Amino acid sequence: MGDKPKLAIYWASSCGGCEIAILAIHEKILDVADYFDFIFCPCILDFKRSDIEALEDGEIAVTLFNGAIRTDENLEMAELLRRKSQVLVAFGSCATEGCAPGLANFNDREQMMNFIYKDAPTVVNPEGIIPLEAIQVAEGELELPGFWNTVKTLDQVVPVEYYLPGCPPEAKWIEALVEAVMAGELPPPGTVVGMDVTVCDECPREREEKKISHFYRPYEIIPDPDKCLLDQGLFCAGIATRAGCGALCPSVNMGCRGCYGPNEGVIDGGAKLISALASVLDANSPEEIDKILDTLPDPAGYFYRFGLAHSMLHRTRLEMENGQKMAAQIKETPRLDPKLKD
Amino acid sequence: MSEEEKIGVYICHCGHNIAGTVDVEGVAEWAKSLPNVTVSKDYKFMCSSLGQELIEEDIAEQGLSRVVVAACSPHMHEPTFRGACSRAGLNPYLFEMANIREHASWVHQDDGEAATEKAKSIVSGAVSRARELEPLEPFRAPIDETTLVVGGGIAGINTALEIANAGYKVILVEREPSIGGHMAQFDKTFPTLDCSACILTPKMFDVGNHPNIELMTYSEVEQVDGYVGNFTVRIRKKARMIDVDLCTGCGDCWERCPAKVVDTVYEAGLGYRTAVYRPFPQAVPKYPVIDTESCIYFKNGRCRACEKFCPTDAIKFDQEDEIIVTSVGNIVLATGYDLFDSRRLPQYGYGRLANVFTSLEFERMTNASGPTDGKVLLRDGVTEPKSVAILHCIGSRDKNTNDYCSAICCMAALKFAHLVKEKTDAEVYNFYIDMRTAPKDYETFYNRLMQEGTHFIRGRAAEVTDAARKPEEVGKLIVQAEDTLIGKQRRIPVDMVILMAGMQPRHDSQEVSHRFGIGCSDAGFFNESHPKLDPIATMNAGIFIAGVCQGPKDIPASVSQGAAAASRVLSLIGKGEVEIEPVRAHIDEDRCSGCRICNNLCPYNAIDFLEDLAVSRVNPALCKGCGTCVAACPSQVIDGQHYTFNSIMSQIEGLLWDVRPNGEEKVTFQKTEPV
Repeated sequence: MGDKPKLAIYWASSCGGCEIAILAIHEKILDVADYFDFIFCPCILDFKRSDIEALEDGEIAVTLFNGAIRTDENLEMAELLRRKSQVLVAFGSCATEGCAPGLANFNDREQMMNFIYKDAPTVVNPEGIIPLEAIQVAEGELELPGFWNTVKTLDQVVPVEYYLPGCPPEAKWIEALVEAVMAGELPPPGTVVGMDVTVCDECPREREEKKISHFYRPYEIIPDPDKCLLDQGLFCAGIATRAGCGALCPSVNMGCRGCYGPNEGVIDGGAKLISALASVLDANSPEEIDKILDTLPDPAGYFYRFGLAHSMLHRTRLEMENGQKMAAQIKETPRLDPKLKD
Repeated sequence: MSEEEKIGVYICHCGHNIAGTVDVEGVAEWAKSLPNVTVSKDYKFMCSSLGQELIEEDIAEQGLSRVVVAACSPHMHEPTFRGACSRAGLNPYLFEMANIREHASWVHQDDGEAATEKAKSIVSGAVSRARELEPLEPFRAPIDETTLVVGGGIAGINTALEIANAGYKVILVEREPSIGGHMAQFDKTFPTLDCSACILTPKMFDVGNHPNIELMTYSEVEQVDGYVGNFTVRIRKKARMIDVDLCTGCGDCWERCPAKVVDTVYEAGLGYRTAVYRPFPQAVPKYPVIDTESCIYFKNGRCRACEKFCPTDAIKFDQEDEIIVTSVGNIVLATGYDLFDSRRLPQYGYGRLANVFTSLEFERMTNASGPTDGKVLLRDGVTEPKSVAILHCIGSRDKNTNDYCSAICCMAALKFAHLVKEKTDAEVYNFYIDMRTAPKDYETFYNRLMQEGTHFIRGRAAEVTDAARKPEEVGKLIVQAEDTLIGKQRRIPVDMVILMAGMQPRHDSQEVSHRFGIGCSDAGFFNESHPKLDPIATMNAGIFIAGVCQGPKDIPASVSQGAAAASRVLSLIGKGEVEIEPVRAHIDEDRCSGCRICNNLCPYNAIDFLEDLAVSRVNPALCKGCGTCVAACPSQVIDGQHYTFNSIMSQIEGLLWDVRPNGEEKVTFQKTEPV
């Protein structure tokens, strides 16, 4: 194995896209392979957990950790890799902010299990079988890792040195991080590798003073290719999203989804979006406001698509005082999603 | 940095106001345990000179770097304690006020324990916030010596004259063609029965001829920008269609004008005027205007009689509105009132029963230069009434219309009763709820009226009807009311009914308040800075209010407020410069992404978008620090000085000191156990 610094890559609750993104650094990967001893990556390398456990604490130079934390196993691996690594990087949107898995925090475990294994229209499960954490069979007890009510981000369970946001992170920032490690020029802990402005800064579209009187879905209009999408009523989270992607989505007529997370210093990106958009609604009465908001289906999903788990909201309340499920209540609130009622 | 701060905490008893409910000693003792708190004391009255000296001594001896006073509202005493800090050499913006009176003791008087706990939270929040405060320096700006007075009624006239007489320029803007306001419509004033015109017209004349007063009648202020000492105003001078440099006010035009219309303004609908008109003979300025809506020439292109007969060729049909943009240092609003529309109360028959009059109609009727030459006559114009009913509180003290008292109607009703008695042999019946004759000599006038034989019936009239039930009621107006003193329903047949219509805010007062950036009550009267100690100033520095636009009042009170406003303006002019609070929004231009969310949010138009740099910038001179843009900025690069993101978050954390989950040190959203 030699004396080369050790590099580990791990995936917790994630889609695998972050691993693919690492390959997008192209020939730079050779430098990485040259410089590092690539010891752990369940996606492509056959190294086991016991191999990691056998290492000295702090023996891994850098771990790129992608995926959110939602099972006992995710937590165990996060704690293990934290212990063994000098530098732990929250890699990608799931590890940084919760991303799409974090949207589960609008519900609880029971609701999710019921939907996924019983109620979803595509599921046939007449016996109503739902996965259990443990079950007795003839040979003994079988166990699965505990599945949590709440999705967490990596830094909510262990200390993290650096953050690399994005779904997935853009190659140039992965390069920048890897180069900084190789050059031994590490930024101060807590640094988010990227920019401290928003997507608008990189977006070539022309912006005007904002007044929004209607939100359009992308299929409803053909946007002017040169003007700001938000000015045209297309939801675009670029105003509140950290730059770094080069305004990829707006460049191809698609509003920014917000995968790079909130700008530097912002605690709750969703709240920032709500506050900003509410400020520019072209309305003079509560009725007019409602009318405009009715054109924005699933606002919770729009505003917190990537950031719910790491936001101040964190999740919907699990229990109300009377024991009712809060999440169930929210479903019945027409304001949040009029379509859900049907 | 903030770890090294030494914070002094002072808990005020405010007599029993706070100490009666909150355990002030307990809170002071507890506050010692808060991080960075070096000194924590309670004192009977922190705002007293001894209380302030306490702070000054501790700053000097203990080296305090932050001061928190838990007492009343910052609106009340923040300047007091900032002053104390300043005197002791501490930057006044390092002071933080915690309101434990309005926010704790007063609202939880029945639960001392809860109030004490809440007071602790408020103090804890203030201490946390104080740690994050930064020293700031106020801006200084020179004061433009010209003053804008809006409204040429008696209040505005008086303000303008006081300031002009002191040697400073005044621009007086009046919406109508002449100054004079409502007072010019009256015949007599209570309680002295002075001739209203005799005391008003000399003042109007003075305004018209004063070298320091620029009079702009038939004009309106359309836009106001800027800040105390340095406002820019945009005034629309409506086209008079008269060249005032040529016009001599001879009257040939209106004497020849064939278009007659009901004069709903000056004559209150009781008389007529022509299309080219001067509202009344003593009008200032003396020049007429052409009402283009009624002018025959403007309607169908023919006539031009006025032009034909004008000896000086002063009629200019092609005149256009003129826009004047000018700078002023202070603004006084004296925009007056509208009369309550009595048609809103159909039970009293106004507009349906001919001989029901409004108070303003009656004022015009009794005026010697009015439509009836001062004679009290029924609507037919010839018959003198033999009996008159005067109904108080029409559109006042009534939940269905306006719940406030219009303050002047009782006295005006007494004046009317006297005038009816003086001019006719009629019996007079006053239907009142309560007789309100508080100011000096008013009660004497009431006594005099009682001796004159006016009938007073205590009870709000229920209705006025012409449906007779008895032979003696035929052809009369019958006033139905409960006489609450004898506990009986009464029906009084009369020839004439006068409705004492209340005072209402101008129909556009909400709009005007927005234009000038001042507060307005739900009813529509402009909000004063403090109801007792600062009734002239508004929350917008440099903008003052006088007269009925602030609330119902009579002539002497309006005159006093006019003079008071002038005095406030003069003291600012005398000072020469203003200190402006440095509480301002600031955009970090290096980090602004130019999304333009903030661009049209600013109520003070203080944000500009710099096209070349593609960033937005706040003009600190125009910014009032309201925080709208700070909250809206989606990339959080606008910071409100003195209300920075950190100071607000710290304050919230401080407030929530006792509700931290699992006894953690700090509020976090990063629980480590799975849930």
